[in-house]
Amino acid sequence: MLTKEFLSEKLSAGFPELKFEFSEFRDEITVKLSKSFIVTVCDYLKNTEGLQFNYLEDITAIDWARKKERFEVVYILFSIDLKQRLKVKVGVEEKDAKVDSVSVIWKAANWFERETYDMYGITFNDHPDLRRMYMPEEFQHHPLRKDYPLMGHPGDLSLPQK
Amino acid sequence: MERLQKGEVHPRIIQALLDQDSGITVDDALDNEMILNMGPQHPATHGVLRVLLRLDGETVVASVPDLGYLHRGYEKMAENMSYYEYIPHTDRLDYISPPANNTAYCLAVEKLLGIEAPKRAQYIRMIFCELSRIASHMIAIGALGMDVGALTVFMWCIREREKILNIYDLVCGARFTTSYTRIGGVSVDINDVAKAKIAEFIDQFLGQLEEIEKLINTNRIFLERLDGIGVISKEEAISLGITGPTLRGSGVEHDIRTASPYLCYNEVDFKVAVQTEGDSLARYFVRADEVRESAKIIRQCLERMPSGDTMLNSPKKVLPRKTEVYTKMEELIHDFMIMNFGVKPPVGEIYSAVENPKGELGFYIVSRGEGHPWKMKIKSPSFTNLQSLGPLVAGHMVSDVVAIIGSIDPVMGEADK
Amino acid sequence: MGLEAKLQTDGFITTTIDAMVSWARKSAVWPMPMGISCCGIELMAVGGAKYDIARFGSEVMRFTPRQCDLMIVAGTVTYKMSHVVRKIYDQMPDPKWVIAMGVCTSTGGMYRSYPVVQGIDQFLPVDIYLAGCPPRPDNLLNALMMIQEKIGKTRARDFQDAPLTETN
Repeated sequence: MLTKEFLSEKLSAGFPELKFEFSEFRDEITVKLSKSFIVTVCDYLKNTEGLQFNYLEDITAIDWARKKERFEVVYILFSIDLKQRLKVKVGVEEKDAKVDSVSVIWKAANWFERETYDMYGITFNDHPDLRRMYMPEEFQHHPLRKDYPLMGHPGDLSLPQK
Repeated sequence: MERLQKGEVHPRIIQALLDQDSGITVDDALDNEMILNMGPQHPATHGVLRVLLRLDGETVVASVPDLGYLHRGYEKMAENMSYYEYIPHTDRLDYISPPANNTAYCLAVEKLLGIEAPKRAQYIRMIFCELSRIASHMIAIGALGMDVGALTVFMWCIREREKILNIYDLVCGARFTTSYTRIGGVSVDINDVAKAKIAEFIDQFLGQLEEIEKLINTNRIFLERLDGIGVISKEEAISLGITGPTLRGSGVEHDIRTASPYLCYNEVDFKVAVQTEGDSLARYFVRADEVRESAKIIRQCLERMPSGDTMLNSPKKVLPRKTEVYTKMEELIHDFMIMNFGVKPPVGEIYSAVENPKGELGFYIVSRGEGHPWKMKIKSPSFTNLQSLGPLVAGHMVSDVVAIIGSIDPVMGEADK
Repeated sequence: MGLEAKLQTDGFITTTIDAMVSWARKSAVWPMPMGISCCGIELMAVGGAKYDIARFGSEVMRFTPRQCDLMIVAGTVTYKMSHVVRKIYDQMPDPKWVIAMGVCTSTGGMYRSYPVVQGIDQFLPVDIYLAGCPPRPDNLLNALMMIQEKIGKTRARDFQDAPLTETN
């Protein structure tokens, strides 16, 4: 079972100069870090003995609406060998909604990042194929943002002629 | 945000297809590629999946799946309704196995609330999860058979599935979209008639499964259409995030039921079905083996099921019983508060995953202490499995694409959310 | 019972062409199974042995629109999908009928959200709205019988001068 102490020890051994925020809720550990180091930290998490997070379960974002760091991108990692789970978070500001893509580490990240881009409008640098996942290509909004209404704006999406 | 002009709409997906370099070399290459559009209305794509294929002769050189034809905005709706209201919506995620989705969602909310359903309810949930696994795999095997030209298997599998739907009908009053579980338990207890009916079904089912296997396991067409088609290695499967039977068909022994046991899966005895070949045939064998294990689990559950409550008694978190609502003041107030303002979990976020028939179904819920989730993300197994479609079909014939889609068994309802 | 009983006695029957044509039409309605989501599974169950749509002469489910005369739209239609549904409808030869199976297709149902069309009658002519989420197979058979009744009332000349729809 992964503990906060073990994780923080491992991470500070690998990245002595970086600051990590740890939180725990219902036995689930979340670690938050600065977005510019996400690729190197993920690479470390995947390839370090005792962590071995070789399986990416999901990538998503949270829209906090009124915070200064409006978005948070969440990576849910799992280790198939050690059966442990970890959530990694990075904060993203609305003006600079760009994060480095982790699809070089896990191929699964490709579609997850496309989905996050579609739903929240966060772009991923060096992504191999960043297109919309679900919505039609001519759609101009990002529906899971809190300022997009549940029913959408009338006329956002076209209907065929009757 | 870059704005697309009307004229650029179609080239973007085609451009993605042309940009792909899969490194496939074709014998007797025609050097005359064509693009074939498959779906979204196609009998073999299991719903509304659209795949663009780049072909050289009949060989697939590259492919791009296009999703979103069934995107119904589940995550947005979750942010706008209370935790209880959302239960019927989970039925329609993976619409081939509704009770398993209900259980997954209720387990996630229970984890967020910090409560646990009574033992009997957990056993009932397990029985229903496994029944739905049988029903789902029956459709998967039947549809796979139909895709490669064996229609009889499909009819036989549908017949078995109908028997399971009759059990749902008997227990919770709906034959298909059950909405059976509640937060903190299940809506109704199962009686002796239903128990006898489940036992009767399991007894005859294994014989029927043998009949089905007799029909296809020795069928040369079936075997040759699947053997060695769509091979994916262990490392590639893990890197692509594939889940469920598709992952286990590649030799990875990963099953959430044993990796981090939920419900009472640590109390029953079962094996995780694994095949090492990683081709379409291996995925079929994994499903057939899993169905057998499910039958074993149901038998054990029926034997060991304790008596007692099926709903947790926890005011402010769990709906009180209807009889008490009508007779007692306190319960009436709780019912009113939960119905109007919702259950209020503490501030926090959880990720809870279960092993659904299709693979790992996870709910990531962020709560700000309100009656509705601030954010809900559904990690759907079909979505991740579909991501492997590109590498799987590359280098195969067009007719194999159908068999490969059938063998990874996607359900578009949850892939598109 | 059927026509063969007449053979024993007179050997001929009198009828109108309208009655003849509509009888033939309604007894072999070939559905186009537009299975989009959950209702598509119930549509499959209708084709199975227990409910057996073959009793009503409609077991021939064709996945090409050009051989069908009844479109069963089974499942939530999103805006992205609506163009596809309409195109398939346009490709079906006249005369043609539409069943909106389930509440999603009828009104949008429980999906009051941005991508879902709130009722397919916004872009398609619908003959039967079928309640249920999803409707039970017996209910779909009932709808099929209602469609048959409706077809039975049509006259052959109603479709004679129907304008050709443009297909592409």
